[in-house]
Amino acid sequence: MTATTEASPLPPKRRLSNAQRQVVSDLALTATLCVSAIATWQALVSFGIVSRLVLPLPSSIPASLASLIDSGALLDNLLTTLAEAAAGFTIATGIGLALGALIAEFRVVERIVYPYLIALQTMPKIALAPLLLVWFGFGLGSKIAVAAVISLFPILVNTIAGLKSCEPGRLDVLRALGAGRWDCFRLVKLPNALPFVFAGLSTAVMFALTGALVGEFVGSTQGLGYLIVQANNLMDIPGVFAVLAVLCVVGTAIFGAMQFARRKVLYWAPNEE
Amino acid sequence: MGKLQRLPDRHRTSLAGGATLASSASPAAAITVRGLGKAYATSAGEPIQAVSQVSFDVAVGEFVSIVGPSGCGKTTVLRILAGLVDGYVGSVSIGGRVVHGPTPDIGVVFQDANLMPWRTVLANVTLPGQVLRLEPKACRQRARELLALVGLAGFEAKLPGELSGGMRQRAAIARALLHDPRILLMDEPFGALDAMTRDAMNVELARIASQAGKTVFLITHSIAESVFLSDRVLVMSSRPGRILAEIEIDLPRPRNLDVVADSRFANTVLHIRRLLEQTGGNPRVTLAH
Ligand SMILES: Nc1ncnc2c1ncn2[C@@H]1O[C@H](COP(=O)(O)OP(=O)(O)OP(=O)(O)O)[C@@H](O)[C@H]1O
Ligand SMILES: [Mg+2]
Repeated sequence: MTATTEASPLPPKRRLSNAQRQVVSDLALTATLCVSAIATWQALVSFGIVSRLVLPLPSSIPASLASLIDSGALLDNLLTTLAEAAAGFTIATGIGLALGALIAEFRVVERIVYPYLIALQTMPKIALAPLLLVWFGFGLGSKIAVAAVISLFPILVNTIAGLKSCEPGRLDVLRALGAGRWDCFRLVKLPNALPFVFAGLSTAVMFALTGALVGEFVGSTQGLGYLIVQANNLMDIPGVFAVLAVLCVVGTAIFGAMQFARRKVLYWAPNEE
Repeated sequence: MGKLQRLPDRHRTSLAGGATLASSASPAAAITVRGLGKAYATSAGEPIQAVSQVSFDVAVGEFVSIVGPSGCGKTTVLRILAGLVDGYVGSVSIGGRVVHGPTPDIGVVFQDANLMPWRTVLANVTLPGQVLRLEPKACRQRARELLALVGLAGFEAKLPGELSGGMRQRAAIARALLHDPRILLMDEPFGALDAMTRDAMNVELARIASQAGKTVFLITHSIAESVFLSDRVLVMSSRPGRILAEIEIDLPRPRNLDVVADSRFANTVLHIRRLLEQTGGNPRVTLAH
C-alpha cells in the first residue's frame, strides 16, 4: 500500500487525506521497529553475546528457507498441515453449529449436555493429543481429530451465546404474526447470531492450525510440525525459524481471509475491532 | 387501502383465519376486553400488578386510542391483545374469538421499531410476507407502495442502521400494514417523529383507517393526537391501570388539521387533560405533540 503510493510518479500530486497519512506513518513506524529489531538480533548474535545454538543469525534464515523450498519439502508439508487443519475446522464447524443450535433451542438438550460441556471446557484439550494419536493412528486422522477437538469449543460457545442473545422485541415481530419456531430461528435468531458465530470461527480457525501442529508434534512423519521437531532434533535452529516464518505468513493469510469473509457476510454489523 | 393495491385474493385467503374472522364479526366488536388483570413477577419476588379490571370494546372499523401515565400498563394491554402475553385474568377476544395466541389478522407496531439490522428497509417491510408465505413479488410491490406512503421512497435499499429513529419507526408502520391486517395495534408509533412529520402521519393514518375500514387500537402520549384520530379515547389511571373514562369524540369526519381550531376539539383535549391530572403519576402525557 505504501509502495504503490510512494512509487507512483504521477505529476498531478494526489494529496493524502489525514487518515491516509496516519496509515502511512503507522506503517513506517512498524517497518522501522521490525528493521531495528532484526538489526539488534543480528548484532547480538554476530558479536557472540547470544549463542548461535540458541538464536540463529537472521541472515541465515533465508538460506534455510530457500533450501526447504527447493527440496519441495516445504510445500508438501505445508499442504499436509493445512489439509489437517481445514478438515478439523470443517468438522468442528459442522458439529459446533448443529450442537450449538440444539442446545440453544431445546431446554432438554441443554440440561442434558451442559454439565459435560462445562467439564470439557475447563479441561485443556491439548492434553487429549496423545490419546487421540492412539485412537486415530499415526496418520492424518489423529491430527484432524486434535484440530477438531480444540477448535470445536469456540464455535460451540459462541453459537450458543449468539442464538440466546436475541432481542425479545425482534422475536415479538415474528411471534405477533403467528410465526413458528423454525421461522423465528431462520429469520431472526440465526442472522442475529452471525456476529458471534463469526467471532467463534475466527478463533477456531487459528486453534485448528495449532491443533494440527500439536498433533504432528506428538507423532508424525509429515507436516510443518514434523519439520519443526525434526529440525529441532538436528539442532538446525535456522530451519526451525524458517518454518516459524512460514507459519507466520500462513496465519496472517488466514486472519486476512476471515476478515474478508466477515465483511462480506456481516456487511450490516459494525466491526468488532 | 386507499391508493394501495390489495394483495391478490388468493394470497389473502392464505391468511388462515382472516377471511372467516371478518365474516363472523358482523357489526359486533372487533376487540372485547372484560375484567382484564395482569400481574408480573418481579425479580424482587412480590408480584407487580400492571393492570386490573380493564374492560372495553372496540367495534369493527372503530378507531380507539388509549392515553395514560407512563408505566400504567398500556403496552401490557396491547401485548395481551396481540396474543404475546399470557397469565392474565379476565377475557379477551378478537373478532369474537377468545385470544389463544397471535393471529395474522392483527398488525402490530411496537413501541420500538425492532427492524432487523441485517435486512434492507424493503426486506424488513416484506418480512411478514415471508412468515405468512405470501407471494414474494406482490409483497415487494406492496412494500414499495407502503414505503412511499410513509415517506420512505428511495430508502428501500438502505439498512436500518442508516436511518434516523423516526424513519425506522415509519418503516415499522409500513411493515405492520404489509399483510393488510383488519386490526392495527399501535404502541406510540409516532413517538420518535418531529411535529410536522407527525401531523402528516396522523392525516395519513386517519385516511388509511377510514378508507380501508380498519379497526385501530392506538397508544399515544399526545392527547391532541388521540382526539384528532379517534372515535373514542380511553383514559387510563396510573398503575395498576384501570379505565377511568371513555370519551366519545364526535368531531365530523373526514377531519383535517384545521379541526384543532374547533372549540369542541380544544374542550375535549382539556377535559382529558384534567382527568389525567387527577390520576397523577408521571405526567408523560402532553397537550400538544
Ligand atoms: N415483562 C415485565 N416484567 C415485569 N414487569 C413488567 C413487565 N412489563 C411491564 N412491566 C411493568 O408493568 C407496568 C406497566 O408496563 P407497561 O409497559 O404496560 O406500561 P406503559 O403504560 O406501556 O408505559 P409507557 O407509557 O412508559 O410505555 C410497569 O410498571 C412495568 O414496570
Ligand atoms: Mg408502553
